[in-house]
Amino acid sequence: MQGMALTPAAPERARLSQRLARRGFDVTTLLLLPALLFVMALFVYPAIYGLWLSLHPMNGGGALANYINFFSDAYKYDTIFTTLKLAIPVTLVNLLISVPIALRVRHMRYQRMLTTILIIPVTLGTVLTAQGMLNYLGPLGWFNRVLMLLGIIHEPVRLVHDFTGVFLSQIVGGFPFCFMLVLSYVTGIDPSLESAAAMLGAGPFARFRHIILPLLGAGLAITFCLAFVQAFAVFPSAVLLGAPSGPTRVIAIAAFHAAYEEYDYSMGSAVAIIMGAVQIIVVMLVMKASSLLYRGPVAGGKG
Amino acid sequence: MTFDNEMGARLWRLAIWVFIGFFIINLAGIIAAVVVDSFGTSWFNSWLPGGFTTSWYRQAWSAFQLGGVLLVTFEVAGAVLLGSALLGVPAAYALARRDFPGKRFVMLIFVLPLIIPPFTYGIPLASVLYQFGLGGTLTGVILANLMPSVPFVIFILVPFIEQIDPRVEAAARVFGAGTGALLRTVMVPLLVPGILAALLLVLVRTIGMFELTFLTAGPGSQTLVVELYYSVFAAGMRANQSIDAMAVIYMATSLICLVIALRFVDPTQIVGRAKRTAH
Repeated sequence: MQGMALTPAAPERARLSQRLARRGFDVTTLLLLPALLFVMALFVYPAIYGLWLSLHPMNGGGALANYINFFSDAYKYDTIFTTLKLAIPVTLVNLLISVPIALRVRHMRYQRMLTTILIIPVTLGTVLTAQGMLNYLGPLGWFNRVLMLLGIIHEPVRLVHDFTGVFLSQIVGGFPFCFMLVLSYVTGIDPSLESAAAMLGAGPFARFRHIILPLLGAGLAITFCLAFVQAFAVFPSAVLLGAPSGPTRVIAIAAFHAAYEEYDYSMGSAVAIIMGAVQIIVVMLVMKASSLLYRGPVAGGKG
Repeated sequence: MTFDNEMGARLWRLAIWVFIGFFIINLAGIIAAVVVDSFGTSWFNSWLPGGFTTSWYRQAWSAFQLGGVLLVTFEVAGAVLLGSALLGVPAAYALARRDFPGKRFVMLIFVLPLIIPPFTYGIPLASVLYQFGLGGTLTGVILANLMPSVPFVIFILVPFIEQIDPRVEAAARVFGAGTGALLRTVMVPLLVPGILAALLLVLVRTIGMFELTFLTAGPGSQTLVVELYYSVFAAGMRANQSIDAMAVIYMATSLICLVIALRFVDPTQIVGRAKRTAH
């Protein structure tokens, strides 16, 4: 019975698998499935579930109650602007410092040593840097002592438990990240383009303005976006180094507060979704702006 | 004219070196302040502590139950390494060797967890884990940490696999190797350096991964970095030196892994393969 049922179907199936293989689906492609299903289950599903959860408020009051609540309470919606006020300047500063240094370092012999040193704060993470900065930048820490010794200041300046502390920690952690990305883009630019411009009499500034900047534009936009979304989701340093109930009450703190201190996962998911939405809006604006710049081959002509 | 340019260029170069130097000195200061304090007896309003001692380490070890915390940390890291290898390596192979409709979509799904910061998706992820009764358990922490590690391994290995000549595989196929035998006897030996590099980076990232562990861990499933956060958060409950001793233990753990990793990989890979993937 079984054999009879299979015999006519076999050529049909063979043809199907052949057809699929021609389009790129065969046993090898199936190796993708476990990883794909895993990421679907733990990334895509939670994202959808989070959206669903945020539309089912714990205290009732309609699907959008959480969002209405967020945008009608100044204490809550102000966290968006607090975070933007921190994340945009930090990202710009990191990017603006990274570009000249990367342009300089690409010609250097000890490049790998420098990148190794710079990777340390990325590896140690924000929690350890926060504890270190509390010691180092505190009123009795070495930084204030050196400044007083040099006579630059006469009494310790307040650098931690304030906006400044979080800002500085975002530079300590964010600058290496920006620098590495910019360096990888800069090294992709054919140096002969610059030599050609120099030979034709372009000064350093003209070379930067007319050669490097247009070629680097797209890379800088991507670096800005990646660094911005990281800075926008700042949490540990805003709590440990900042003033988490005042000037550094960032949106991640609001999301954490709702989900883990008020046990309102619905509201917590709503804040997380608002956080993601703001990130997406900024990324789209930046990518839109960068597409107006030159896009073309980064390498020179035929080598 | 030339002189001006020369001067300008030299000043510019100097400014860049001054900035790099300033950054590194402050970085060293931040780290040294923790290390020195953890060995100090009492440190108040002076350049260095009054005396030196190692007793804070003993105190931190017993007060924070660091033995158990370290065990949890390595259990999580080990499980994440194993899981990301088992899931990531075959997927990377498929992505490197096959072109199929929808590949761009699959790539997008894999790249999103890498570029979206963990805190953005951590709360929905944690609520899903709680929904299935895994929130606050060791399994939950492992699954949460595994989530960004699998795409990370994939994106490091895909370019690595693309470099290997497909004719090597074709030759093995001609001699009758099936996909399983091909992976076991040809691909894995060729891929060992790449897999090792990717897994070492996963190790460094997992030890340092604060956000996802923080959002999913409960008592008994906290890793070292989360334990450190709680003790810094509750500063004043314990002596600062004791917290710093724990910070040094954390620092040593991740730096040892970093040093081993850097023997095999380029530092820029730790920042992520965003350049390749973002296009």
